[in-house]
Amino acid sequence: MPEAIMLISSWCIPVIIIFILTFALLKKVKIYEQFTEGASQGIKTAIKIFPYLLAMLVAINIFRESGALDLMVRLIKPFTEKLNIPGEVLPLLFLRPLSGSGSLSYTAYLLKEYGADSYIGKLASTIQGSTETTFYIVAVYFGSIGIKKYRYAVTVGILADLAGFFAAAFICKLLFL
Amino acid sequence: MINVLWFILIIAAFIVAACNGKVDLLTTAIFQAVEDSVNIVLKLIGPMSFWLGLMNVAQKSRLNEYIAEILKPIIKRLFPEIPEGDPASFAIIMNLTANILGLGNSATSLGIKAMQELDRLNNHSDKASPAMCTLLAINTSSITIIPSVIISLRAANGSSYPAAIIISTLFATGISTITALIFDRFFRVMKR
Repeated sequence: MPEAIMLISSWCIPVIIIFILTFALLKKVKIYEQFTEGASQGIKTAIKIFPYLLAMLVAINIFRESGALDLMVRLIKPFTEKLNIPGEVLPLLFLRPLSGSGSLSYTAYLLKEYGADSYIGKLASTIQGSTETTFYIVAVYFGSIGIKKYRYAVTVGILADLAGFFAAAFICKLLFL
Repeated sequence: MINVLWFILIIAAFIVAACNGKVDLLTTAIFQAVEDSVNIVLKLIGPMSFWLGLMNVAQKSRLNEYIAEILKPIIKRLFPEIPEGDPASFAIIMNLTANILGLGNSATSLGIKAMQELDRLNNHSDKASPAMCTLLAINTSSITIIPSVIISLRAANGSSYPAAIIISTLFATGISTITALIFDRFFRVMKR
């Protein structure tokens, strides 16, 4: 089953590309010219995103390095231990929405330290795979179109991350413990 | 909201660092982040240019309008304010597809493209439209079916069955996406 999904996944992108190009050619679109014209927007968009990304990453990185993250972990540890969530995976609760590379390297550390097939390893993998880096997405997506008033978007993203974390803890306890 | 959040992250970092006597680390951390953000943007330029190029081809052939027509029922439910057959639907579908396949940078590029389409419908206002919030909610909750990055990481760390976490991940990501959509609807009604 997982192999079948992986196979579909590897075919999907090439098929989509061929389909779009063939369809356009049949419609007599000058595909090479239109492709390059569209692609020329790539760098412009990246430049537009950059300041937002910079602002977000600086704040997140000093928050992490200062030990503020560890402090939050220590504060909620007694509560989550009652729910059978190992303290080792707790940093992921805060790290996952803030930093994609940070949470990935922390997961890699847990896999190495406790083994990929251990309970902690499976739980960390599930958490890492099931949510996204909310703050990065918000900064980049809204930054690219100059949105200043975010309204409730950040709140929803954080609530979804929380739900994902506890759902991962629940299902892993059921399947793997 | 974002102004307050940004300030909290920074001031909390400063206070904790000062209490721990680690203020010297802050400068290092700032310039590490500065460097990281350049690297991330550089890595994004390639996929973004590629997808924006391909999307432009799709747009010129009016393929996006046909696809939008076919997918009308789904889009109508998730994004009721998008006019029927609007090309924004196609960009959203491409973004969702890339997300489902777990294609990180491609999904981000296509998400930005979709946001640009929604920005057009929003008359380039600086206030997020409800449709933008919904798209963001789906993207931040992640709807990956194949967590390819984590599977390869598990394989590299000697897992006997790297794909063992597919079912649990699917469950957790499902719950988080449903939560995101429910709260998105809730706030949409509340803050009208």
